[in-house]
Amino acid sequence: MSVKLQPAEVVVVGGGPAGIAAAVCAAEARRGARVVLVDEGFAPGGQIWRTGPGLRPPRLARHWTERLAASGAWVQSQTSVVDVRRDGDGFRVLCETSGQALTVSCGRIVLATGARERFLPFPGWTLPNVMGIGGIQALLKAGTSFRGQRIIIAGSGPLMLPVAASLTSAGGRVLMVAEQTSAKRLALFTASLWRSPARLGQAALLRAKFFASSYETGTWVKSAIGDKAMRSVMITNGKRERILDCDVLCTGFGLVPNSELARLLGCAVDGRRVVVDDVQQTTAVGAYCAGEPTGIGGVERSLVEGEIAGRSAMGESVSMQVRSRRAALHRYAEGLTRAFELRDELRTLAGGDTVVCRCEDVRMRDIDPAWTSRQAKLYTRAGMGACQGRICGAALDCLMGWTPDSVRPPIEPARVATLLDEAKL
Amino acid sequence: MIDDTVELRVNGHLMRAAHGSSVASALIAAGITRFRSSTTGEPRAPVCGMGVCFECRVTIDGMPHQRACLVGVQSGMSVTTGEET
Repeated sequence: MSVKLQPAEVVVVGGGPAGIAAAVCAAEARRGARVVLVDEGFAPGGQIWRTGPGLRPPRLARHWTERLAASGAWVQSQTSVVDVRRDGDGFRVLCETSGQALTVSCGRIVLATGARERFLPFPGWTLPNVMGIGGIQALLKAGTSFRGQRIIIAGSGPLMLPVAASLTSAGGRVLMVAEQTSAKRLALFTASLWRSPARLGQAALLRAKFFASSYETGTWVKSAIGDKAMRSVMITNGKRERILDCDVLCTGFGLVPNSELARLLGCAVDGRRVVVDDVQQTTAVGAYCAGEPTGIGGVERSLVEGEIAGRSAMGESVSMQVRSRRAALHRYAEGLTRAFELRDELRTLAGGDTVVCRCEDVRMRDIDPAWTSRQAKLYTRAGMGACQGRICGAALDCLMGWTPDSVRPPIEPARVATLLDEAKL
Repeated sequence: MIDDTVELRVNGHLMRAAHGSSVASALIAAGITRFRSSTTGEPRAPVCGMGVCFECRVTIDGMPHQRACLVGVQSGMSVTTGEET
């Protein structure tokens, strides 16, 4: 059985801040226009505004989700996009929802697919109880209790602060937050924020929530130790190593743009960042992109890009004021990238026996740095498993200096019935 | 008092989980560390929590390869973990 939605003027893929803003602004641009928002989550909000049992979303999230509900845009939740094809001047989007195929065609498409965490392999990183920094936040919001658990957070980036704060508020015992970037780089970045006291205030408030935990800069994880699950962690500052017992280790080394869908459509990318013009249009005419896929920079940047993409997709103009707000947020994002640049030591943590591709259990020693990512796939199956190289691909970019291999449909594992359905169209 | 939990079966054992929580949350609460077995038999458990890494795959109501982090608990649901995927 397959479902075919009524053709839309605009389809937005991804229901985080950028996707919500795009859908809202497209639908508000002309009342009665058909706008469809496709999202994998239980409800719109993406990772940053994820809700869960007993959680009240922040004010900004409520503002946008209420506006979305009133906009007339159709929200298609718990639906994954499997393939997007050109269809005349427009596009045809193939999705899967609860094991069923769903198709929708549209004139323009907005890709607001967000970002994922970058994981770097180190000995023991595949053990149960080693998880992502965003991952533990998502699990916490989905109702997991970490009360009384001893937690170490070791990675990089501003995401570590709110996660440490919310784990502490939920009764978790955050033993340490280890930030790999140096104290000097972090101080330079903090000083550059003098123009945005609100951001500094926010950081201070978050830090206050886990004041009892140590926050160490220039410190990173070397290995996770355990047999059937992780039991302890080796931490280093480059001079001294320490082994700490804990129940959960959270790691994550910044974010990686989810550009698979854009690359499938043949949009130009710079590394993994989707290239867009000043109205957020990609190099594929009629395909727009907003938020983290165009560069990592947080909620406000995503909102303004979504706003521009949604309006442009409906053929509306964008005010100078909105454009200059975007320019300022882009400058902030560049500072963020510099501040949390990854140190070289992180690229050599994995030993020969360390698994690199978690789906296919390909180990470090199986991979020749002289290869391309395509060769690694062909010779070892690295990146051929269920996650389609989303985890090991970004890690190998970082470790080997490789560029991502081309993307082919389906971009997510799909049922054969769904794919057959596409063949019939 | 309204009972805001649902009953599900995990590897044959009955358990309760908060309404609105994900299957992954319910399994962690049940003390499960081996969500799936990797191709070389290693235990694996959730990493990304958002449907990207596919490490939390379990069988739900007979359907294999379901990402436990993306599925909400339902009353009467049956979950099997530890299978080789």
